[in-house]
Amino acid sequence: MARTDALTLDHAALLEGPAPSLARKLLWGFARVFSILALIVAWEGLARSGAFTPFVLPSLSSVIERIWSDAISGELAINTGLTVYRALVGFLISMVGGVLIGVAMSRNAIANWFFDPIVSVGFPMPKIAFLPVVILWLGVYDVAKITIIVVDAIFPVIAATLIAIRSVERELIWSARNMGANDRELMWQIVLPAAAPQVLTGLQVALPLSMIVAVVAEMLMGGYGLGGAMMTASRFADSRGVFAGIVEIAIVGYVLIKAMSILRRRLLIWHQEANEPTTA
Amino acid sequence: MKSAVFRYLPLVLLAMAWEATARLELVSSSALPPLSEVMVSWIDLVRTGELAGNTGASLYRAGAGLLLAIVIGTALGIGMAWWKPINVLLSPLVEIFYPLPKSALIPVTVIWLGFGNGSKILLIFMGCMIPVTISAFNGARSSEQTLVWSARSMGANRLRMLWDVVLPSAMPELLNGIRTALALSFILLVSSELIVAREGLGYLIGFLGANGSYEAMYAVVMTVSLLGFAADRGYQMLMNRMLRWREQTL
Repeated sequence: MARTDALTLDHAALLEGPAPSLARKLLWGFARVFSILALIVAWEGLARSGAFTPFVLPSLSSVIERIWSDAISGELAINTGLTVYRALVGFLISMVGGVLIGVAMSRNAIANWFFDPIVSVGFPMPKIAFLPVVILWLGVYDVAKITIIVVDAIFPVIAATLIAIRSVERELIWSARNMGANDRELMWQIVLPAAAPQVLTGLQVALPLSMIVAVVAEMLMGGYGLGGAMMTASRFADSRGVFAGIVEIAIVGYVLIKAMSILRRRLLIWHQEANEPTTA
Repeated sequence: MKSAVFRYLPLVLLAMAWEATARLELVSSSALPPLSEVMVSWIDLVRTGELAGNTGASLYRAGAGLLLAIVIGTALGIGMAWWKPINVLLSPLVEIFYPLPKSALIPVTVIWLGFGNGSKILLIFMGCMIPVTISAFNGARSSEQTLVWSARSMGANRLRMLWDVVLPSAMPELLNGIRTALALSFILLVSSELIVAREGLGYLIGFLGANGSYEAMYAVVMTVSLLGFAADRGYQMLMNRMLRWREQTL
């Protein structure tokens, strides 16, 4: 799996040459936010120009107003809370389950025999197609929503754990064995820490996937939650509600993914990658 | 041959467990129809042409969206690596749109382009473009300085260098990003068709489920899953082929 999050922004390189003056620094700082400002201005301008109906493109200010009124009525907190709760519970179950299955597969021949074809066939499948089956079995409440999240998010974790454990350097294991480490110590003190960077990469794939699936599940199954609220809005042709939903979901996604990459840097502070130039 | 049978035995066992659970009526037959009956209704769906028509519609949407995403995403990513001003302009946008759970765009694409092909293609294009852009950017940026310098010293102009040095060395990373995009395109295709569509495999699943013809619904679910699997395997073979020159140089 490619590390899709590693978008290294090369701003330091832009400042090469003689020591940058304050003016230059400000200029580049402005350049960084320029396109976001341009996007905001373009959205508001296009919406107000009358080129599009408010149904097709409601103005940003009216969308913000809508988010504000949702926030005051308390609906925003309920919907956001539920979506984050479902996505995170699904993600945590996938994390624990995925690492356990991956470890079991790397240590036990029978577990490997059983899970290997399931993982290699199941990983590339679009598991979201099983959503109606999950509804049929488990209904439309939290259990069903969390189940489909786990079904989708567990595969990248298993695959990453497997690859990570298999690529732990032999020398590390041999030295530990030589110094008298037993199986348990070997696992906890050598193999898992050495595998951590790749496992975390798998988790960084699983987390956005959990959010994507959480939103789809809520859209299809209804009820509270950001996805459900967007679907209700779209059914009533309330496009301000739909755009407000996108902004809200985007912010939630941004916060979760940022938190994950901060956590990665914290956890891997001992690892050489912590000394590499920071990513974003 | 024997080892392949042994390797895939767990899948056969699961299929047998499925059949047995359904036949012994451990769960209600509407929740889990026997595998054999699912296969029978699959053949029916093929015979009526329902499956082929909807598969065609779905594959057209996924293919068109993905193709647009690959072409434009690659151009943007390489542009970002090649020319600093593009990087400065685009990287903040990539950074804020990358974490957006792309399924949130489903209702908006419907508002913009309606229930048909257009909204699905737009959704898949928007969802898949960012992974392609990021991988093209990372790949092109990591092209070895020595290669770039030698090409320049041998008198290659900038365009030629882009084509002969930067693009090939970006290829491995780029192809990996496209693989991510391929998986994402199936997820977005099926979800958007499940939620709003009038044709396509996702629509067919929802339609059959709502009608209570669960055998047929299972048949379509299995078809979609196998298509996704086959697409990934096929792509992997293609990717190995395209990267064969790397092995030769080693």
